[in-house]
Amino acid sequence: MKIHEYQARQIFRSYGIPVPDDVLCYTVSEVENAARELNCMTVVKAQVLAGGRGKAGGVKLARNVEEAINAGKQILGMNIKGLTVEKVLVTKAADIEKEFYVGFVNDRNSKCVTLMASAEGGVEIEEVAKTNPEKIIKYPVNPLTGLLDYQARNIALKLFGDIKQAQKAASILTKLYKLYVETDATLAEINPLILTPEGDVLAIDGKMNFDDNALFRQPKVLAMREPDEEELQEIAAHEKGLSYIKLDGNIGCMVNGAGLAMATMDMIKLYGGSPANFLDIGGSSNPQKVIDAMNILLGDKNVKAVMINIFGGITRCDDVARGLLKALEIIMTDVPIVVRLSGTNAAEGLAILKETGLPTVSSMSEAAKKAIELSKR
Amino acid sequence: MSILVNNDTKLVVQGITGRDGKFHTGRMKEYGTNIVAGVSPGKEGESVEGVPVFNSVENAVKATGANTSIIFVPAAFAADAILEASEAGIKLVVAISEGVPVQDMIRITPILKQNGTLLIGPNCPGLITPGQALIGILPAMIFKEGPIGFISRSGTLTYEVVNQLTLNDFGQTTCVGIGGDPVAGLYFIDLLERFENDPNTTAVVLIGEIGGDAEEQAARYIAEKMTKPVVAFIAGQTAPPGKRMGHAGAIISSGSGTAEEKIAAFNAAGVPVAKEPGEIPELLRKKLAERK
Repeated sequence: MKIHEYQARQIFRSYGIPVPDDVLCYTVSEVENAARELNCMTVVKAQVLAGGRGKAGGVKLARNVEEAINAGKQILGMNIKGLTVEKVLVTKAADIEKEFYVGFVNDRNSKCVTLMASAEGGVEIEEVAKTNPEKIIKYPVNPLTGLLDYQARNIALKLFGDIKQAQKAASILTKLYKLYVETDATLAEINPLILTPEGDVLAIDGKMNFDDNALFRQPKVLAMREPDEEELQEIAAHEKGLSYIKLDGNIGCMVNGAGLAMATMDMIKLYGGSPANFLDIGGSSNPQKVIDAMNILLGDKNVKAVMINIFGGITRCDDVARGLLKALEIIMTDVPIVVRLSGTNAAEGLAILKETGLPTVSSMSEAAKKAIELSKR
Repeated sequence: MSILVNNDTKLVVQGITGRDGKFHTGRMKEYGTNIVAGVSPGKEGESVEGVPVFNSVENAVKATGANTSIIFVPAAFAADAILEASEAGIKLVVAISEGVPVQDMIRITPILKQNGTLLIGPNCPGLITPGQALIGILPAMIFKEGPIGFISRSGTLTYEVVNQLTLNDFGQTTCVGIGGDPVAGLYFIDLLERFENDPNTTAVVLIGEIGGDAEEQAARYIAEKMTKPVVAFIAGQTAPPGKRMGHAGAIISSGSGTAEEKIAAFNAAGVPVAKEPGEIPELLRKKLAERK
């Protein structure tokens, strides 16, 4: 789960990390009020869940109220990476002496929350990782102790040199780690963390992602979710026990199991077709799931053919066949469907489907080829 | 021979009285797995599918000498169940549960290490040594005994590929589903090492997917340390970046963890990568012929 910069800043603030004052604005008029209220140089920043806002012109410095109003006019309604900017954050501009990158992520290899820190702040950290990896400090945190004060201080001294500045930065690191763990985050990034001419250390941007598996125990985080249209579909599918990701092809797929579902999409592409989606109906074979899945697939008007690929382990193929029969009774569609059933009770399942006249096959590659052929008719 | 589980495995089922626990206990028993105990707090003295139930893993181990555990406990309690098994002296824990928060896995990892406990999963289908023991939810009928080691991050894609292997007369020593989560127990490398040291395994099939760099690490290990041939397949070439493809660990982040990178890493290590699951038996045949 992702959140906006303004929300990450709120969380940072609530944990005592210094963040410049800011006001969230939905209209140019609100931008004007905010600029007047803050009464200083401001930065007007698009609030969309996409990277590269600055490059896209979605972040503008405003030296006065008039410039803030103009920035608001330009940025509100702007399209950044397919997303429309509906709100902007007007923040107090800070004097930047130097920029740093600090962030926590989960590292699969060390199996630890890992601190990444660099004196190359304000730029794409992935770039730095590729071109100058030696400029990034990577520090896996022992989950049994958390980030200890001396560890935070030693890392901060490597970045800041001056002990007073380092202590301020170290305090931010410890707080960032604490909030990361307490909110079940999968990313907590301050880019840039800045040093001001007066020697203060501030977070002037913030980014956080959260573990979807932990949302059940993070109601405050869950309340911050602002899904776009695509994500709303994905969430609705998830609530029905399905995993769904829309793509832009024309062959709908319904598969049991995520790995097999990905392999199905890949195979369709390999044979010259274009998958319309990823859809994992999971392990159980209850008819309602098949009905829900068919509804989602056929709700996509691009879909010209449907490939159902079931390798039944625990899932019984005859249960899936029955579910499909029920679904076809309820849903009237002209979209051709090819069904592949293998594994547990496959023969029984195929027998049940015989009367429907639906093309049935026993191999995955036959199904993919047939689906592509049907989509072209 | 085999790795990790065999006829000497004494299994305790944590969550045995739940719907999944009960169902799979029956199937594993039918396969011939030696299930010596089940755990369900408050139900000590009961019996499920003829298996005695205990209140705790400690009680189960004391009474039966259980050395392996399988966990069918809801995600919110899975990490706790894994720790309980570890503290009770269980040597291998197989966690089937899906949806375990990653911070829970991070927190228990050092304790498992301290106790010398091996973990497989979470969010995995388990493992099987055909003819000896099924510790998981894999459909037994598609497996058969033979010389191929098998490691996979997936569930049903595993079945698809194993089915092809069996039909092509490539039986299996042990098949391990390591699961789809980003922070888990044994990874590819840990299992490749074991297969390399298993006298009955002549080759390994590895099924990877997008997200993380476990495949790249495996490729490095294969290039440097493995003498036995490996054949691979990577799922997710058509996955869009930034989206979680079902499995919590199947996500391309910041441009890395792509299928292309993994395929390239394997090719560089001399591991042929199948374009589709059906190609694997042929690649295996070729690789094994090369050695002769």
